[in-house]
Amino acid sequence: MSSFNDIFETYNWDDTKASIYAKTSADVERALAAEKRTLEDFKALVSPAAAPYLEQMAQISQRLTLKRFGKVLQMYVPLYLSNECSNICTYCGFSYDNKVKRKTLSPMEIMQEVAVIKEMGYEHVLLVTGEDNVNVHVDYFKKVLELIRPHFAHISMEVQPMDLEDYQQLTPYGLNTVLVYQETYHKEDYKKHHPKGKKSNFKYRVETPDRLGQAGIHKMGLGVLIGLEDWRTDCFFTAMHLNYLEKKYWQTKYSLSFPRLRPFSGGLEPKVEMNDRELVQLICAYRLFNEEVELSISTRESANFRNNIIKLGITSISAGSKTNPGGYAVEPESLEQFEISDERSPAEIAKIIAQQGYEAVWKDWDSCLT
Amino acid sequence: MLTIADRIFQSRLFTGTGKFNSPAMMEEALLASGSQLVTVALKRVDVKHNDNDDLLLRLKYPHINLLPNTSGVRNAKEAVFAAQLAREALETNWIKLEIHPDPKYLMPDPIETLKATEELAKMGFVVLPYIHADPVLCKRLEDAGTAAVMPLGSPIGSNKGLKTIDFLEIIISQSTVPVIVDAGIGAPSDAAKALEIGADAVLVNTAIAVSSNPVQMAEAFKLAVEAGRMAFEAKLAQPVSYAMASSPLTSFLDE
Repeated sequence: MSSFNDIFETYNWDDTKASIYAKTSADVERALAAEKRTLEDFKALVSPAAAPYLEQMAQISQRLTLKRFGKVLQMYVPLYLSNECSNICTYCGFSYDNKVKRKTLSPMEIMQEVAVIKEMGYEHVLLVTGEDNVNVHVDYFKKVLELIRPHFAHISMEVQPMDLEDYQQLTPYGLNTVLVYQETYHKEDYKKHHPKGKKSNFKYRVETPDRLGQAGIHKMGLGVLIGLEDWRTDCFFTAMHLNYLEKKYWQTKYSLSFPRLRPFSGGLEPKVEMNDRELVQLICAYRLFNEEVELSISTRESANFRNNIIKLGITSISAGSKTNPGGYAVEPESLEQFEISDERSPAEIAKIIAQQGYEAVWKDWDSCLT
Repeated sequence: MLTIADRIFQSRLFTGTGKFNSPAMMEEALLASGSQLVTVALKRVDVKHNDNDDLLLRLKYPHINLLPNTSGVRNAKEAVFAAQLAREALETNWIKLEIHPDPKYLMPDPIETLKATEELAKMGFVVLPYIHADPVLCKRLEDAGTAAVMPLGSPIGSNKGLKTIDFLEIIISQSTVPVIVDAGIGAPSDAAKALEIGADAVLVNTAIAVSSNPVQMAEAFKLAVEAGRMAFEAKLAQPVSYAMASSPLTSFLDE
């Protein structure tokens, strides 16, 4: 079966990057004026040439987002189940070669965590683990889904990429959404950052969204880790990936994330810095390119940035997050995957959202629908 | 007055509950709209503890009938299941059937919608299906026992108005059940137009919820719908693009 990789293979990183940096203000203006925007328009919108047009992009982004999603923001929270990992990722706190105490939550511990999360008001939960097929395998996930399904309206998962059969097995257990980030589309750099473990297989990872589409998953999330490589080029490939998937797996919904590399103890410094202005440019470019895609922001970003980004195009937001297994109740002091920038509670965030004239929505799915 | 199944409606403006910036704003706007039929996505409400659901509490008025919708389902089987759940949780056998397997443009699936309508009508539901402006599908839905048809004016949420007007006119001319134009109505003038051509009602959500003054916009829609209906009942003069000459072709008959 054909996959995104077949198309991706025909692209060259350096040429693509050069074509983005060659975009001019005329290209940007054409992209802004277009009613439906193409991948070439997207290149112009993420290019340095678009920087002076940021306010205009933000205005359009806000208008398009309002029309499609209304004055609402979906609330979600991560639930870290395990920090076991058999990969080496140079930028991650859970990396195999990182000396941390490993922990996988037991059913009883999961329920302790669930109780705290429910108390905060959450109905949409994102299950997160490291990538370790020995400790956190399909059967483990089945048990977890069975356990927590009665307590949540919507369940997402961000774990290791799996085989088609695995996804097919998990969807009947109430798995609605799978997030799988490519980290970078720069093949050589990808190898450098993932020298060991199953994750070092670029092709298997880049074909994961195809497998999810074939499994008929309701929603999938894409993204790259910003800071590993040139973000404009990486995000162009993300947009191209999205474009391909939307056409092929038309019954699936899509979301995009744009995590910027955060410090962790002993971790990697970003190779490429992306400032706040550039992140706003990217968010608006994604929205102008695709009116329907969900855009998600996590607690990696600062309180001030998050306050101001609410009206610019994003559609879902987390708050009160812990990025360590057991972080809510069981072992609050254990090592986090990355440092949180915005530590405000979900109630505080909901209040900020209301102050901006939006409503924080806690439930927009029902377990009867999966 | 408009009758659907066993209910009579004074207002021909139906409304939705999504996209508002707060439940309080929704409540105020819906009251200003005078709407007596308000659709609620099953996925947005807490079906298990619906006594505490803020959204539902805001809709507890004697003149407001709830119309649960199945938004989020992808096929007839899921739709039937969701409808049963809605009937149990919200104590109404009315259901707005929304089957859009395409989450990007939210296009309704005609095949699954027909299947689900047949099944739900047999089970005693009052079915209002959201569909393309497809005249043949409307007749097939009538045969299946639908209580009304809800063809789209243009893509949902697009505010583009009555792009499907030629098909809507055919549907209206041959329908034996009420025709409610459901999606794409962006301005009060679009709603007035729909009523002028003989639609029985319109359903409006985005254009009210997303405006910078939803309450005022709701009232504007209320007035537009009333005006459109009055014009329809008073029989609109047909526009003509040429002058009527005295009878040069037939005057010889009088000679």
